[in-house]
Amino acid sequence: MTSPSAAAPVPAVEGWFTAGAEPSLIGSRCAACGTYHFPPETFACRNPRCDSTSLEEIPFSRRGRIWSFSVNHYAAPPPALNSDPFEPYAVAAVELPEERMVVLGRVANGADLSTMRVGQVMEIVVEPIIAGAEEIVWKWKPVDA
Amino acid sequence: MSDRRVAVLGAGMHPWGKWGRNFAEYGVVAARAALADAGVEWADVQFIAGGETVRNGYPGYVAGSTFAQALGWNGARVATSYAACASGAQAIDVARARILAGLCDVALVVGSDTTPKGFLAPSGGERRTDADWLRFRLVGATNPTYFALYARRRMELYGETESDWAAVKVKNARHGLSNPNARYRKETSVEEVLSSAMVSDPLRLLQICTTSDGGAAVVLTSLEYARSHGVADPVTVAAVSTVTPTFPQTVIEMPYLATDSAAVAAPPERLFRDAIAHAAYEEAGLGPEDLSLAEVYDLSTALELDWYENLGLCKEGEAARMLHDGDTTLGGRIPVNPSGGLACFGEAVPAQAIAQVCEVTWQLRGQAEGRQVSNARVGITINQGLFGHGSSVILAR
Repeated sequence: MTSPSAAAPVPAVEGWFTAGAEPSLIGSRCAACGTYHFPPETFACRNPRCDSTSLEEIPFSRRGRIWSFSVNHYAAPPPALNSDPFEPYAVAAVELPEERMVVLGRVANGADLSTMRVGQVMEIVVEPIIAGAEEIVWKWKPVDA
Repeated sequence: MSDRRVAVLGAGMHPWGKWGRNFAEYGVVAARAALADAGVEWADVQFIAGGETVRNGYPGYVAGSTFAQALGWNGARVATSYAACASGAQAIDVARARILAGLCDVALVVGSDTTPKGFLAPSGGERRTDADWLRFRLVGATNPTYFALYARRRMELYGETESDWAAVKVKNARHGLSNPNARYRKETSVEEVLSSAMVSDPLRLLQICTTSDGGAAVVLTSLEYARSHGVADPVTVAAVSTVTPTFPQTVIEMPYLATDSAAVAAPPERLFRDAIAHAAYEEAGLGPEDLSLAEVYDLSTALELDWYENLGLCKEGEAARMLHDGDTTLGGRIPVNPSGGLACFGEAVPAQAIAQVCEVTWQLRGQAEGRQVSNARVGITINQGLFGHGSSVILAR
């Protein structure tokens, strides 16, 4: 049996994002009507006026603007992972211009939560869910003006 | 068109609280209260519909048959509805359809729940294909996180403040003061709300509803049965809306991590919450101008203001002004949540939509002691839950 070493990062969910120098969300686009989906659809297009089952994986826009956000001051229950000692964490809903959709994500570790605002430009990064965690996930990081 | 109304012959509840007992007990208490209110024997009930929640157990646990067994098997036909916060309304809809189809005359609808302490959380185990599990694991997106996203939009779009929302809590706390089924019966102040702990910024503890134990039930019958039972002018169900969203759903909803894409298909004419209300009005042949009162799902205080607009009680962005003008306070133009709402009850998921119907029933009968809306003729309930579920019920007399 082969298994990753304890230190090797493991995507928290398979096939939804790529890591590396220029990480991105992986969505799907319908080959027939062009509708985007996230998480990626692999079986059928969800546009009700389209009966296509031909979907292609596609990297999504790496930047978008905050539609809304919240800063959570209490630890979320399992299966959420929380820092110890608990530190407030932010969740941002970011609107992607090309895909015309809003995608939720945690805000990157170390971001200045006090200056966050609706309309702010955010960029995708891939990090451990919380500092030190084995599982990695996409997050939104404020882009410095 | 044939008469599509059914009668609400009885309504009953087990008080909301944190009682820590088996949910079936609350269901039995509520069911017996509703049956007594209707003057109907359990043995005469032909159909039982249960509102179900799936949590800390397995599907089917909180179900119609649980109540049927607890009340003592009587051979009634049974159905169970899962529709998150709309479960109770969906159970009402199933019972209504069966009566209107002529398959039965008397139906009992029951919902009850025992809730865990703290945040509602997904079922246990490692379930990486379940959207509800993934939103907690990947993003830490609790229910109040979503409520906070909507609340901040109201700040951004309409310039609302925490104080505006706190006034919703103050109003509802006052409404619920003498409601015997309410869990919290205590006045509060804007200052107290604003000094409570921040949970999901911008929402503080007292701006978010808690989770509660409770049970609610109604007895639905055909109009003929009600008349033969000596009730010539019963409260009737004029509409039950259980519509699903229309693609592309462009507002982020629990438990999803993304909206649909509007890149190809244009956004729908009505967003989901608006569509829930619209379908109810259309089915009843009534409009917001006909309403005497509304029971809305104030999962957060800010969300109550969203509902004013979704129900067409005011134009978009004008809900806070409507609140401050006193229009939605008892004695105002259209009292909202005269029961005290979720602010005074907390949420007992599969019971809550039925509890809303109980309150409107009592209001239309003039039996809402201490919180009565004068001359109430038409009332509406509305709510929304996860996985694209929502409901609205219109009752009239």
